[in-house]
Amino acid sequence: MKILVCISHVPDTTSKINFTNNDTEFDTNGVQYVINPNDEFGLTRAIWFQEQQGATVTVVNVGGPETEPTLRKALAIGANEAIRINATPTDGFFVAKQLAEVIKNGAYDLVIAGKESLDYNGGMVPGMTAALSGYNFLNSCIDIAVDGNNVKAVREIDGGKETVSTSLPLIIGTQKGIVEEKDLRIPNMRGIMTARTKPLNITEAVDAPANTKAVKFEKPAPKSAIKMISPDNLDELIDLLHNEAKVI
Amino acid sequence: MSILIYAESAEGKFKKVAFEIASYAKKVADSLDTTVTALTINNDNVADLAKYGIDKVLKVNNDKLVSFNAKAYADVIKQAAQQENTKLVILSSSTDSIYLSSLVAVNLEAGLASNVVGLPLSTTPFQVKRNAFSNKAFNITEINTDVKVIGLAKNSYGLFENASTLTEEAFNPNLDDNDFEIKVESVEKTSGKVSIADADIVVSGGRGLKGPENWGLIEDLAAVLGAATACSKPVSDLGWRPHGEHVGQTGKPVATNLYIAIGISGAIQHIAGINASKVKVVINTDPEAPFFKVADYGIVGDAFDVVPRLIEKLKAFKAQNA
Ligand SMILES: Cc1cc2nc3c(=O)[nH]c(=O)nc-3n(C[C@H](O)[C@H](O)[C@H](O)COP(=O)(O)OP(=O)(O)OC[C@H]3O[C@@H](n4cnc5c(N)ncnc54)[C@H](O)[C@@H]3O)c2cc1C
Repeated sequence: MKILVCISHVPDTTSKINFTNNDTEFDTNGVQYVINPNDEFGLTRAIWFQEQQGATVTVVNVGGPETEPTLRKALAIGANEAIRINATPTDGFFVAKQLAEVIKNGAYDLVIAGKESLDYNGGMVPGMTAALSGYNFLNSCIDIAVDGNNVKAVREIDGGKETVSTSLPLIIGTQKGIVEEKDLRIPNMRGIMTARTKPLNITEAVDAPANTKAVKFEKPAPKSAIKMISPDNLDELIDLLHNEAKVI
Repeated sequence: MSILIYAESAEGKFKKVAFEIASYAKKVADSLDTTVTALTINNDNVADLAKYGIDKVLKVNNDKLVSFNAKAYADVIKQAAQQENTKLVILSSSTDSIYLSSLVAVNLEAGLASNVVGLPLSTTPFQVKRNAFSNKAFNITEINTDVKVIGLAKNSYGLFENASTLTEEAFNPNLDDNDFEIKVESVEKTSGKVSIADADIVVSGGRGLKGPENWGLIEDLAAVLGAATACSKPVSDLGWRPHGEHVGQTGKPVATNLYIAIGISGAIQHIAGINASKVKVVINTDPEAPFFKVADYGIVGDAFDVVPRLIEKLKAFKAQNA
């Protein structure tokens, strides 16, 4: 089984979010980058398939040279090879177009992507890629088993979960649950060393129409001060929630 | 030319998000001098849509569409959009609609903006404001395609009644066998509980509750308020609560009217996921807990002392205001 894992290179969850250039660009100053957490869960599941079912795992990122440490980390965690599409992503559709091209050329059986990335929170790349590739698509996937071409999977739905069956080739949008937090791997020395010599192929982007464009960024307005309530005066809390906030 | 919405239902009843996107679409339609058409799937009682300004409803009734199937549903939405010559499709941010939106956008060669908050800032060019960076910023996005798809962030607009006269029309899409390559084998709903996605109020517990045996406090408080229960990440990692309850940046997003955090410190990753909630209450023993910086109402106190008394007082309040 050939698995492709889509890796988004995103600011660490503790990053301060600021903008430059008249609020038109994200300020990367002092920002640490990580593998998008949803993608890391997916990658960890892919490595499981590699170890248990002999799959090969390719990781791919659409981004400039600055994203290579993130791809190397994915290699250190255990991916066999990496591809970087050398372009600055402009929107989700642009990324999906690039991924669809990689999928066409590599004939992957299973494509794993985080259901959402923590920077733009678009949540659209896995589905758009599937639609462009003509692959089956499962979103919010929290469990998957592959037997030959047959797939059994579990998806999270609002208020519960559902079990589905389908077949390869397949794209899943995934999240925590596909593996547990404790299954995540911190690259060891050997992993880091071998990652240096694993292939990281760079290819140029294909054309894609600019369907959408991020024009500007804004920060939320500062919020009003908190009202403190004495633990001995819970009636006041109820009164405020009822009469002031009108939420109960 | 009218705007198309997909009005979702569950068990034959519209979800609240269906009325929210209807309210929103009506307002956008007024500014564009057009009307709103709603698409429904296997829902016979569509009259309520008239309360929210819908002019026409395309009713699909099809046994093949009883279980949600993203590819088939997206295909149906595409055909409805084409029949109506729609230039703007509006979807909600339910788990199902997020799943659908990217497929619908590609089907219609449309630009997609998800997580949209608020009315379009301008219609030519078409610009909307959306949540980005896990609620830490907004991103103003321009959609340049002829047909556009937007996903409205949950609870970001609200419900606005606006009476209209509804025309009902049966709609019979052509379904392709290829649409059904994913089969739903079984569905497991957490029975008898309000889901985080549908709840107006969420009561959430953190590591400060010390152990799973103390979750009765959270459940009882949630029960009085008709709320859903949630938890911080370590609580689900420790196995005290199921993963489905983990909220935050790497868990479920929460955008409720009222979020009550008990024994949760308010780490940046937790706040990112719940900050879209309108009113936040924190109960924590530590006055320095970061949650106090983002909450609207705060109590410095021990959950084991405060929460039982709060439950009793709320019961009395509910009895009086019933
Ligand atoms: C990449 C990454 C992603 C993450 N994603 C998430 C996420 O999505 N969601 C999430 O929640 N976290 C997330 N975290 C974890 C986050 O950083 C915090 O560790 C976590 O939110 C803390 O959980 P907590 O508040 O329950 O526990 P603690 O931080 O241990 O806080 C417990 C609180 O309870 C209070 N307390 C103790 N006893 C009592 C009492 N008797 N009564 C009242 N209060 C009491 C304490 O004062 C303390 O403030 C993430 C972390 C990382 C690194």
